[in-house]
Amino acid sequence: MSSTVALLLCGPAALLATAILAAAVSRLAAATRLVYGAALVISATLLAIVASHLAGNPGAVSATTLPLGLPFTGARFRLDGLSAFFLVVVNLGGGITSLYGLGYGRHEPAPHRVLPFYPAFLAGMNLVVLADDAFSFLLSWEFMSLASWALVMAHHRDEANRRAGTIYLVMASFGTLALLLAFGTLAGPAGTYAFDAMRTAHPGRFAAGAVLVLMLLGAGSKAGLVPLHAWLPLAHPAAPSHVSALMSGIMTKVAVYGFIRVVFDLLGEPAWWSGIAVLLIGGVTAVLGILHALMEKDLKRLLAYSTIENIGVIFASLGLALAFKANAMPSAAALAFTAALFHVLNHSFFKSLLFFGAGAVLTAAGERDMEKLGGLIHRLPVTSFVFLVGCVSISALPPFNGFASEWLIFQAILRSPELPQWGLKVIVPAVGGMLALSAALAAACFVKAFGITFLGRARSAVAERAREVDRWSLAAMAVLAAFCLIAGILPGLVIDGLSPVTLSLIGDRMPVQMAEPWLSIVPIAESRSSYNGLLVFVFIAVSASLAAFFIHRFASHALRRGIAWGCGFDEAVPAAQYTAVSFAQPIRRVFGGFAFRARETVEMPAPGALEPARLKVDMHDPAWEIFYQPITGAIDFATERLNHLQFLTIRRYLTLVFVYLVILLLVLALWP
Amino acid sequence: MAVILELAVQGAQMLSVLLLAPLLIGFVRKMKARLVRRQGPSLIQPYRDLVRLMRKEVVLADNASWLFRVTPYLIFAATWVAAALVPTFATGLEFSWAADLIVIVALLGSARFFQALAGMDVGTSFGGIGASREVMIASLAEPAMLLIVFSLALVAGATQLSTVAAFMGSPEVGLRVSLGMSLIALVMVAIAENARIPVDNPATHLELTMVHEAMILEYSGRHLAMIELASFLKLLLYMSLISCVFLPWGLGSAVGGSKSLAIGAVAYLGKLAVLAILLAVFETAVAKMRVFRVPDFLGAALMLALLGTLLLFVSRSL
Repeated sequence: MSSTVALLLCGPAALLATAILAAAVSRLAAATRLVYGAALVISATLLAIVASHLAGNPGAVSATTLPLGLPFTGARFRLDGLSAFFLVVVNLGGGITSLYGLGYGRHEPAPHRVLPFYPAFLAGMNLVVLADDAFSFLLSWEFMSLASWALVMAHHRDEANRRAGTIYLVMASFGTLALLLAFGTLAGPAGTYAFDAMRTAHPGRFAAGAVLVLMLLGAGSKAGLVPLHAWLPLAHPAAPSHVSALMSGIMTKVAVYGFIRVVFDLLGEPAWWSGIAVLLIGGVTAVLGILHALMEKDLKRLLAYSTIENIGVIFASLGLALAFKANAMPSAAALAFTAALFHVLNHSFFKSLLFFGAGAVLTAAGERDMEKLGGLIHRLPVTSFVFLVGCVSISALPPFNGFASEWLIFQAILRSPELPQWGLKVIVPAVGGMLALSAALAAACFVKAFGITFLGRARSAVAERAREVDRWSLAAMAVLAAFCLIAGILPGLVIDGLSPVTLSLIGDRMPVQMAEPWLSIVPIAESRSSYNGLLVFVFIAVSASLAAFFIHRFASHALRRGIAWGCGFDEAVPAAQYTAVSFAQPIRRVFGGFAFRARETVEMPAPGALEPARLKVDMHDPAWEIFYQPITGAIDFATERLNHLQFLTIRRYLTLVFVYLVILLLVLALWP
Repeated sequence: MAVILELAVQGAQMLSVLLLAPLLIGFVRKMKARLVRRQGPSLIQPYRDLVRLMRKEVVLADNASWLFRVTPYLIFAATWVAAALVPTFATGLEFSWAADLIVIVALLGSARFFQALAGMDVGTSFGGIGASREVMIASLAEPAMLLIVFSLALVAGATQLSTVAAFMGSPEVGLRVSLGMSLIALVMVAIAENARIPVDNPATHLELTMVHEAMILEYSGRHLAMIELASFLKLLLYMSLISCVFLPWGLGSAVGGSKSLAIGAVAYLGKLAVLAILLAVFETAVAKMRVFRVPDFLGAALMLALLGTLLLFVSRSL
């Protein structure tokens, strides 16, 4: 059974070959089409291989060892249910992004800085998901990080992008360090780096706790868990938009994969408190992420912050699965775990779609500051429609896909009173409240994102002149919008597809959904809860059409265009409209006080003076101030002190060397 | 035969909510007028208003987009579907399993999402102010509502409204602290969601404190009729929800035959009348709040709902 995985490994190899080729030809005019076309074909092929594997025997495991990497160990690769699911996520996202890139890449001012790294990035993500020993996992992980770093630095002449790249590099190194330590702890004194060996060796309670914390640091920093999220809203938007889509939609999912692989697969039976830790971090991440997004006026940064929220939702659901698994409630654990994976898939759809939309806006208007956009629904009809679909999906509104997965998560939360531990009994409803709050805030956030960018009147000349984007981009967005709808009205299809994963990692699965009458989803029992996305969709469509038919049959058809009502005032200036900042003001007043220590000060001019009054808003990011500033302060302090060592005389250097040698020898002599 | 009867009951429910909703509003307005010793408009005035609006021409702002014209139908459809899924006079309807209470809450969320977008479409500051305040209110009311759903689901062991209603009608419920908290929270959320006093004032136009009316300021003619009807339906929905969960007596069942359905219908009308009178009395007795007092009001609802849920996590019998 090594043939499938060997076949799959040809994919990353082909992508790497494309990357090398791209480096050679990237200055040619046809290079863009060549590279994205090749990436599209390779991703589609990989997807087809995984699909045929899943169609044949979804639970089958296929493994192989390549004579690469460390001497005597080789590089192991393996395909099982979990990696197959994440391969689907990576290659579906990668393929559609390449399709988008075929059109979007043509507007790239510096293609030679993007084209070689793009296929390498895809290859890295594929390899992480396939890796089956710690060495190849970490190597692929680092490769993925570095390739994405290079893409973040594509427009390196911008000062903000350089800063983003530096912070990203530091955080990525920190994350890899944590992963290295986690794998080291798992490997134990015997030092077996193969995942198979780790799976059978059960670490002690202390070691298992340490691994969980290290994985939360390592995978969490890549995924964007608060407070390790600081790099994400800087780095994701800095890259070209299709790469932002890959980083937000797909790479964060690869980080989730790393967490699941270690915590659910390699670590064995979890301790019950691990569920609390993951749940709490997830809930806090969800709320803070979406609050940050609401305060943002840069469209791409808003989307990046919303990624943090969705990662929080996914981790909260994973925490719930851990808590159920630790308490031997496999059916509830399967429900929570399925919900988390379903949300992984959904988020990869709508976040890619929204970043594509932001890229289209950037191409069309050359602007991603929402305060300078507006009225684009008239200029970009197709883009605005698909972007609206993405907004509705991510706001968890029926009948789209975001709602289906959130609904499952809520159903899982409602199973939790059966948990025995008091800590969990108190935490779970609180986290449930946090998730509900973040869902409501997400809707507010995307009303703002769509309303300010696409509705109203154009706030600048560039927005007024915007032109609809090319067909490749539109096709990619339309495909994703269709996926959002299909996954929303036929959630049973996805849930059943996830059953091999839950069976292998949890040992149980959700009931078969596609056999339910009318294609409902029924997680536990019909009298308890059920949801039928298809029927809700049909009901809404039918009753809206009925209403429209009735109105057009019996009511007046008269329609007159007139100027908008401004209470007798002429609101001719588009600047008089609500802006992104003013739209968020009520929510900032309600939540900003404790989340960001937001302060508003009004500077009124003296009576009779002609200068305008000003409203100043002062906000702080608690993560920066509590976690990062002390660290940078300490590093600055230490370097300042150590700086003196650079300017010593030769005698002092020799003394230092001598003292150091003496200390070293003393330590060696005294070491037991 | 049974299927046909069930479909008929479902259809009757869908039509009856549509036809009853304006009457309910008319009744509330009449009661409010009588409480301040006015004669008040006739009970059927809301129907006349709707017909009048439908006959009028639509005045559309110059830069209104297709979204602005589609939204009234979407809002109406989402609200109607949600209202049709709440058991009014009978439980166990043919399509009640298509959606549970969480879906009903989310459907209303969809309607609100599009309403807020439509408010921003024309690009006047009125639309913006309404939309931004509406989402602020929703960002507190929706989690409160979901936590209420959690409490009900924990008591009844289901989020399916028919099951919840049947359970609440059974003798094993008894008096519970958590249910009391949920009821108070639900009433507070319902007041906010329906833009009633003290959160919003349904009878004013062009006041800086208004929320709902500011969003729909640009609408006219048949579009406004759709939106008005949707907001009537929403009030009916919340009253039906409160009555089917907290006053489940006399609720008929689709399988119980025509007698139980008739009793259910009469009981339902009685419950609606009682709730409408209570609403009118409450609205007459309190004054409207400033907008930035609303978060305190809804925050209280949120905390009550959370406390109720927490109590149930601690013990199922509280």
